[in-house]
Order: sequence, then structure tokens, then C-alpha cells
Amino acid sequence: MLRFFEYVGKPFVLLIEAFGKVILLLVSTISWMVRPPYRIHEIFKQMEFVGVNSLPVVIITGAFTGMVLAIQTYYGFKMFGGESLVGATVALSMTRELGPAITALMVTGRVGSAMAAEIGTMRVTEQIDALYTMSVNPVQYLIMPRVIASIMMLPVLTIVSDFIGIVGGYFVGVRLLNINSGIFVARIIEFVALSDIVNGLIKSAVFGLILSLVGCYKGFGTFGGAAGVGRATTQSVVISSVSILISDYFLTAVMF
Amino acid sequence: MKIELLNVCKSFKGQVVLDNLNLTVEPNKITVIIGKSGGGKSVLLKHVIGLIRPDSGSVFIGDDEISALNDKKLNEIRKNFGMLFQDAALFDSMTVGDNIAFPIREHTRFSKAEIDVIVKEKLRQVGLKRVTQKMPSELSGGMRKRVGLARALALDPKIILFDEPTTGLDPIMCDAIDRLIVKTQRHTNATCLVISHDIDSTFKIAHKVAMLYDGKIIEYGSPDKIKWSENPVVKNFIAGKSISKH
Repeated sequence: MLRFFEYVGKPFVLLIEAFGKVILLLVSTISWMVRPPYRIHEIFKQMEFVGVNSLPVVIITGAFTGMVLAIQTYYGFKMFGGESLVGATVALSMTRELGPAITALMVTGRVGSAMAAEIGTMRVTEQIDALYTMSVNPVQYLIMPRVIASIMMLPVLTIVSDFIGIVGGYFVGVRLLNINSGIFVARIIEFVALSDIVNGLIKSAVFGLILSLVGCYKGFGTFGGAAGVGRATTQSVVISSVSILISDYFLTAVMF
Repeated sequence: MKIELLNVCKSFKGQVVLDNLNLTVEPNKITVIIGKSGGGKSVLLKHVIGLIRPDSGSVFIGDDEISALNDKKLNEIRKNFGMLFQDAALFDSMTVGDNIAFPIREHTRFSKAEIDVIVKEKLRQVGLKRVTQKMPSELSGGMRKRVGLARALALDPKIILFDEPTTGLDPIMCDAIDRLIVKTQRHTNATCLVISHDIDSTFKIAHKVAMLYDGKIIEYGSPDKIKWSENPVVKNFIAGKSISKH
């Protein structure tokens, strides 16, 4: 009987243990943010990697998300003559939900995985030990700039995604489905409040924290050579994606 | 700078790696620790630089007990160290020049021009030229070790640790690295601690040799003392015969 509980309970104990370690890493990261040296150069380098280099994928996914949303809502709303609300629906969906979530998931695939792979490779090739021997704290040098860059750049990418998504929705709605351009824009102005956009951006900052922290945590704890790096990378993407979607629900429930 | 390990014990998941180990490394000499692969040599080295803390016992660097220090004080002590890792552990994302400049940029206020001069000087010390702009992936195994050594020497350390410096190299490159270790020690007068299972290399470079077996130092002394040791484990190891436990 005891073995049964041990067998069933072990994954939960491991999960709680891992959660505790992530929180400790977060505390350590925050404590290094306020201590010199501030690693401005590293932070800008990571901002370029997380933000600028993610723009193409965010633009493409944002545009097509807005476009498909316009088609779907058009056919639904047409049934009861509500085509004029397509613009507002696309804009609200993009700013409140799809902009932050799709951007975070795309950046997780591109950036979170790269963080886990790069730091994991540094771990198994003793580069992290080398940092310690040179009196450089790897949390400050490697993790802190990545976390700050992700928290700062995810909202920027989300704004781009929101805008491009609405433009994509406009293109499909007005140009292809012949919705009146003035009504399309007027409904957006009428229904979308500033708080919708701001709350979406707050969510995206939280997603940035999650994907960078999980990527760095999995990379930092890598063991077992190339196979270990592969394992850490896969786990970081899966855990980040699931965590983003779960936290999205709770943040939405609290904010909106 | 003297290195001293007193009654150091370390286990991983119930497996004893270091068992009440005692060792004093003489200052300004080359001491080589020999022993079979997986016998705990690298673990011992990581205790010396504070990457691993002992379960019990003490590690002294000079008069400081590093096993009892907090991270901040430990980092201060580590500035006296340079370490050459088994695969050099060069930062993949940086050029050779940036790798060597890294500890200098971190811990000094030298200008860029001054750092460039130091980097060239360190590369010259290890016999390399015109590689500052190359990436580590463009270097051969021997060159990577040399660059690793140049980086280890960047802050003029008082203690230099070498983790299996000749592993994976051809005999000619092994000899070159051996000569480089001896030359570096003479040039810097640093305390050098080398981990090796290469007997030829050991007798070429060592002032003192310590044999690690079963988590303990079972023999310590001059290369001649080790060469003529009556201890059967040491004799078998030097002769390259497998050691079987009964």
C-alpha cells in the first residue's frame, strides 16, 4: 500500500520540487538584477535576439491569425446579420487574447528552446563551470539578461502582432469580404478599450518571464551530453507552452 | 600558494568518491594527481576551486578555508586561480581574443588597447599567433587547449589547475602541452595541480606525484619515489596493468 502511494505521489513531489527550484532561480535572478555589474551590453544583445530577430515570425503568424479570424467570424456573424462586428471581434480577440498568446507560443518555440539548448550545451561542455572559476556568476551573466530581455520584448512583439493581426483582418474583411471600411474601423474604435490592449501587454510580459525562466532553468540543469541537451530543449518548449496557456486562463480571469 | 585538503569526504547518491582524503600540495611546484578514470580525480580538483563542497572535511587555499566560505568570499579567492578544463571549455559564442579577454574585462579596469596587448602576450606565451579573430570551432584540439591555458593565465594566477591536459591529443601534441605546462610554471612560479592518467606525461612534468585510489591518496612523493613504489596498486598502475579487487 505504501509503495502504491509512493508510486503515485512521486511525480507530484518531483513537480513541487521543480517548481520550488524555478522560484529559487527567479529570486536569485531578481537579486542579481539590482547588483552591479548590470550587463547592459548582454541585455541589449538578448533584446535583439528575443525581439528584433523574432519579428518575421511574429508578423507572419499575427497577420494570418487576424485574417483567419476575420473569415471565421464573418461566416458566423453573417447568419444573423452582424457582419459589421467583424472588425471589433478581430481587434478584441487579437489585443486581449490571440496577440499575446500566439506571440508567446511562437517566441517559446524560437527563443525558449534556443535558451535551453545554448545554456544546456554550456553546462555539458563545462563552460558554466569555467564561468564559476573566473568568479563570474552564471545566473547574473547568462540568465538575468535573458529574463529581462524577454519581459521587455514580449510586449513589444505583442503590439506588433496585435496591429498586424488587425490589418490582416481589415484586408480580409474589407477587401475580400466587402465589409464597409468605415464601419469596420468605427466598431473597433467603439468596442476596443485601452485596458484591453494594456492587459494583453501585461499578460505578454508574464509570458516572457515564464518562457525565459523555464528555458534557462532547463538549460542550467542539463546533464547527460547531447541527449541531455535535446531532452532539456524539448522539455522547455513543452513546459513553457503549457504554463503559458494555464497562466493565460488565470490572468484573463483576474484581469478582464 | 599552498593547497591543503584535510579529511575530505564526498559521496554522490551513496557512492563514496573521496574517503577521508588528505593531501598537501606544495606551493610553486607542479603536483600531478594520478589515478584510474572515474576514480574521483576531477571531483578532487573541483573541491580545490570550490565548484564542489565536501560532505565533511576542509579545503584550505593559503590560510583560507574555502569549504566554509560564502559565494562572495569564494569568488575573491577564485581570482587567484586559473583552470584549464579537459576540453578547454572555451565560450563557443566568442572569438579566441574575447575568450582570453573575458576574465580581464570582468575583473580589471584596463582599456581596450591594454587588454589587446595582454591577450597577444598570453597567446605568445602559449605559442599561438594570429588566432585572436578565430572562433573556437575553427581550432584543433591542441590549439583549443593552448587558448584555454592562455585564458587561464589571463589574470596571472597564483594557482593553475589542469584537468587532464593531454587527454585526446596525439603524442606530439601531448609532448608540446607537457613542455608548455613546465614552461608556464617556470615563467609564472605558480602552484600547478595537474590531474592525469598519462604516466609518461606525469614523470616528464611533475615535481610531486600523488596517487588517488579508492577515494584516498595512497602514495605521495617525488616521481622517483612513485616510480619505485612497493605499493602493488601503484606498481600496477604505472605498469599499465588492470587492478582487480579480491
